[in-house]
Amino acid sequence: MNDQNHPLNTLQDIKKMMERSSRFISLSGLSGIAAGVCALAGAWFANNVIKDEYHADDIATMTNGNESLSLNDWLNNELVRIAATTFIAAFVLSFIFTFWRSKRTNTPVWGAQARRLMINVAIPMVVGGIFLFALMQNKIYGFIAPGCLIFYGLALLNASKYTLYEIRYLSMSEILLGIINLWFIGYGIYFWALGFGVLHIIYGTVMWWKYER
Amino acid sequence: MKKNPIENLNKTFDSRVRLGIMSALMVNEEINFNDLKELIQVTDGNLASHIRALEESGYIKINKGFMGRKTNTVYSATKAGEKAFRTHLEALELMIKSAK
Repeated sequence: MNDQNHPLNTLQDIKKMMERSSRFISLSGLSGIAAGVCALAGAWFANNVIKDEYHADDIATMTNGNESLSLNDWLNNELVRIAATTFIAAFVLSFIFTFWRSKRTNTPVWGAQARRLMINVAIPMVVGGIFLFALMQNKIYGFIAPGCLIFYGLALLNASKYTLYEIRYLSMSEILLGIINLWFIGYGIYFWALGFGVLHIIYGTVMWWKYER
Repeated sequence: MKKNPIENLNKTFDSRVRLGIMSALMVNEEINFNDLKELIQVTDGNLASHIRALEESGYIKINKGFMGRKTNTVYSATKAGEKAFRTHLEALELMIKSAK
């Protein structure tokens, strides 16, 4: 019996093929690190704004006495702009590193696996977005950071079925951090920086170490 | 004496390409031709002939459909195919265990 037909090799081949065909494995650890760095930078800028201009529950001044916020009020708010910039920068950078990795490992970036991953991340994220938007409309700002962490954690939990399994640990940590934050309202920015910054960097480094070195 | 596990090995799966096709179809509801090709990294003709062999054994079924104007042919494993593949996997495992 030659080496190629050895049952152990065959079984390993089968396992690899099942993984490759059902999970999106190109997700790069560097993407995690990049997203984490963006988040830390964003949190730093946001923290300066909060210190200079606002007290934790003072974003209400945005409304100029009106009951509801218009779209312009949103776009003119510095925190909202920082958040949007952070999100876009993190997304673009993560995409670049993952795209780069999928080129090297010769797997399609936009295949059935990527599509499945995106849909399953997007559903909890959109639900979370709507929920957080409603919180803001009702001026419950203290719960925004824990809300971000919890919904993001749940989105990652869902993602773990369609990409690298280890993302489950990141997801659990985000959820746990969000829950703890519920009893430390007012310190949201620190929890946020810890969850989206530090945890991403740790996760990214471990994954890079394990799979890409 | 115990039965030799080699007897349970399925001759139909005696190729890397067919194993690849079956493995992918065990964990996915359905896959189209191009995704399979990319996954297993074989030529069109090679993949097509192995697909035909598996279809003739009744292990996979072919569904032709449309995606916009382009034809989109997707493949899925039949019940018989899943069963046969599982038996094949068990035979492989037995061989490893008995070799130790």
